[in-house]
Amino acid sequence: MDRRSFIKSSGAAMAGTAAPMFPLAALAADDIGIGSIHDLSGGLDIYGKPMVDALTFAIEEQNAAGGLLGRKLKLFSYDPQSSMQMYAQFAQQAALKDKVAVVHGGITSASREVIRPVLNKHKALYFYNTQYEGGVCDRGTFSTGVTPAQTVGKLIPYAMKKWGKKIYIVAADYNYGQITSQWVKKFALENGGSIASIDFFPLDVTNFGPTISKIEAAKPDMVVSALVGGAHMSFYRQWAAAGLTKKIPLASTTFAVGNEHIVLSAEEADGFLLSYNYFENIDTPENKAFKARFHKRFGADYPNITELAMGTYQGFKLWAEGVKKAGSVEIGKVTTALESGISINAPSGKVSIDPATHHCILNVSIAEVRNKKLNILQTFQQQSPIDTSAVCNLTRNPKDNQQYVIKA
Amino acid sequence: MDLAIIVLIQVLYAVASLVIISSGLAVIFGMMKVINLAHGEFMMLGAYAVIGSLRLGINLWVAIFIIAPIAVGVVGVVLERLVIRRLYGRMIDTMLATWGLSLLLVGVVTSVAGNTTAGVSAPMGSFSVGAYSVSSYTLVIIGVAVALGLAIRLVLMHTQLGLIARGTMQKPDMANALGISPSLVYSVTFAVGAALSGLAGALLAPLTGVVPTMGGAFVAKAFITVIGGGPAILAGLVSASTLFGAINQLATFATTPVFGEVALLAAAIVMLRMLPQGITGRFFRRSL
Repeated sequence: MDRRSFIKSSGAAMAGTAAPMFPLAALAADDIGIGSIHDLSGGLDIYGKPMVDALTFAIEEQNAAGGLLGRKLKLFSYDPQSSMQMYAQFAQQAALKDKVAVVHGGITSASREVIRPVLNKHKALYFYNTQYEGGVCDRGTFSTGVTPAQTVGKLIPYAMKKWGKKIYIVAADYNYGQITSQWVKKFALENGGSIASIDFFPLDVTNFGPTISKIEAAKPDMVVSALVGGAHMSFYRQWAAAGLTKKIPLASTTFAVGNEHIVLSAEEADGFLLSYNYFENIDTPENKAFKARFHKRFGADYPNITELAMGTYQGFKLWAEGVKKAGSVEIGKVTTALESGISINAPSGKVSIDPATHHCILNVSIAEVRNKKLNILQTFQQQSPIDTSAVCNLTRNPKDNQQYVIKA
Repeated sequence: MDLAIIVLIQVLYAVASLVIISSGLAVIFGMMKVINLAHGEFMMLGAYAVIGSLRLGINLWVAIFIIAPIAVGVVGVVLERLVIRRLYGRMIDTMLATWGLSLLLVGVVTSVAGNTTAGVSAPMGSFSVGAYSVSSYTLVIIGVAVALGLAIRLVLMHTQLGLIARGTMQKPDMANALGISPSLVYSVTFAVGAALSGLAGALLAPLTGVVPTMGGAFVAKAFITVIGGGPAILAGLVSASTLFGAINQLATFATTPVFGEVALLAAAIVMLRMLPQGITGRFFRRSL
C-alpha cells in the first residue's frame, strides 16, 4: 500500500469510527449539554463542590427518568479554580465550543458579573443559583437564590428583637459584601437600630486581631458577618479565641453556606443566627425523600446539603420544567415558558419563578447553629424578591440588562 | 488605657509574627544567599504537618514544636541534596529552581490533601484587659519570637556550630582547608532554615486557614523583612520586623487591614530608597 492510499483509507476509517465521537468534547448527536461553572478548587471550593454534587445528582435523576424531551442530558463541568479569568474563558467554551443548552454556575457575585455578559453575547441561557445581594435584571438570566429582602429583611429584625439595636458589620470586600452590608444597614435603621461601623476585608485577609479589638471597643449588641471564603473562616476562629463568641452574639448572611459550622468546633459557632431558603432538617415529605435519595448516591456520611447545593438542584429543576413546557431547549422558547410563572415542589417547599424579575418566590427560614447542626427557629412562607421587583420589571421592559444597586 | 495595652499587644504580635515568618528565610537567604521562593511552601508544609499530626491524635504542642520543624527540616535536607547544592553562588538560578520547587510542593500537597481549607482551633482560651479580650495564643506567638531570637543569637555567637556555620558561609574554601566539610555545613544550615520555616507555618496554622496555596500570603512579607533588615542577620531581622510590624498594625488600627498592608509596603519602598543596604547597612553595623 502506498502512502497516498494509506492516508485515504485510514482517513476514511477514522472518519467512520470517530463520527459518533465528534466533536472531541463528545456531545452525542442528540444529547442536551448542561454547563456547570463552579469552583472545585481554590479558596471558594467550599461552596462549589456541594453545588456540583447537587447538579450531578439532579442530572442523573433526570436521565434515570428518561431525560428531557426523550433526549439524554450530559454534564459539562468546568473548574474555574476560583479565578475570574477562567470564568470568562469557560463561559466562552461552554457557549461556543460545547454549545450547552444552559449554564448553571457562578458563585461569587464577581464571577457572575464576569460570565453574565459573555453568555448574553452568545445567547446562552444562564442560571445563577446562589443566594446573593439582589438586583440583577436581565432577561437571559434567572437568579434562583434568595436575596436580602427575603433573608436579611427577616434575620435583622429577628436578631435585633433578641439581642439589641447596635450592630457592627464585617463584610467581604467585593460587590456582594458591599451591597449586602447596605441592606443590613437599611433594615437595621428601619427597625430603629444603629450601625457602629462597617468594615470590609479582601478575600485573602487572615489576620483579624485589630478588627476584633475595634469591635470590642465599639461595644455593639451584635455583629453581622457577610464574610466569604476559606481565609475569612479565621475571623470566626480568632473571634472565638478572644473569648467573644460568648460575649457578643453574631448573625451572618453567609455562614454555613460553605459548611463552616462543621469545620469549626461547636464552641466556636454555637448560637450564630442565619437565614436561608434551605436547611437540611426542613420537616417535609419532599425533603425527607430527597435526602434519602441524595444520601444513597453520595453516602450516608455526606456532611451537609448546603443552601447553595439546594439552590443548584432547584435551579436545574426549574429549568427542566421550563424545557418540558416549551417542548424545546431553544433559549427563547424556554425563557417564555419559564416566564409563564413555572413552579416546582422542591425540598425547601414551593419554588416559583417571578416572571417580572426572573427571581424566585420561595420559603425562607431562620436557624441557629447548635452543636454543628442548623436548627430551624422560624419559617416564613412564600417570600417574594421585593428588593429586585422594586426596581426591575422585565415584563414591561424586556430589554433591561443591568444590576440595580441599593441606594443607601 | 486598656485600649493602649491592647494596641501594644497587637503591635508586639505583628512584630513577633514577622520575626517568626522571616527567621527561616533569614538563615537561607541572609546567610546562605539562596533566594528561596519556596519559603512560603516550607511554611505550608509545617502547617500541614500539624494538621496531619492532629488527625493521628498527637498533642497540638508536640505537633507544633517538634513534629513540624523536624518534618520540614527533613524535606529541606532532601531538597538541598537534590537541587539546591548544585546552585550555591548562583543567586538568580536558585530563584528559578526554588520557584519551580514551590509550584511542585503546592501541586503535590494539593493532590494529596486536596485544595480545601483545613484548620485547627486556637488552643488555650483568652484573657481580659479591662473591657477587652485577647487570645492567649497571641502571647505564645510573642514568647516564641523572643525565644527564637535569643536562640539564634546563642547558637551563632556562642557555640562552635555557629562559628563553623558563619565561617563556612564567608569563605567555604578556607573552611575546607581547615578540615571542615562545607557540603555538610551547607546541608545542616539549609535544614535548620527549613525547620524554622516549618515551625513558622505550624505556629500560624491555628490563626489562619491551611490551604496548599497559603504560602503566597507570607513569602513577600518575609522577603521584604529580610531585605529591609540588611546584612546583619539577627539585628536586621528584629529591627525590620519591629519597623514594619508596628507600621502595619498601627495603620490597621487607624484605618482598615487593606491600608495596613499598603502602609507596610509603602514604608518598605521609602526605606529601601533611603537605606538601599537595609537597616543594618547603616545602623547596628557590627552586630550579628
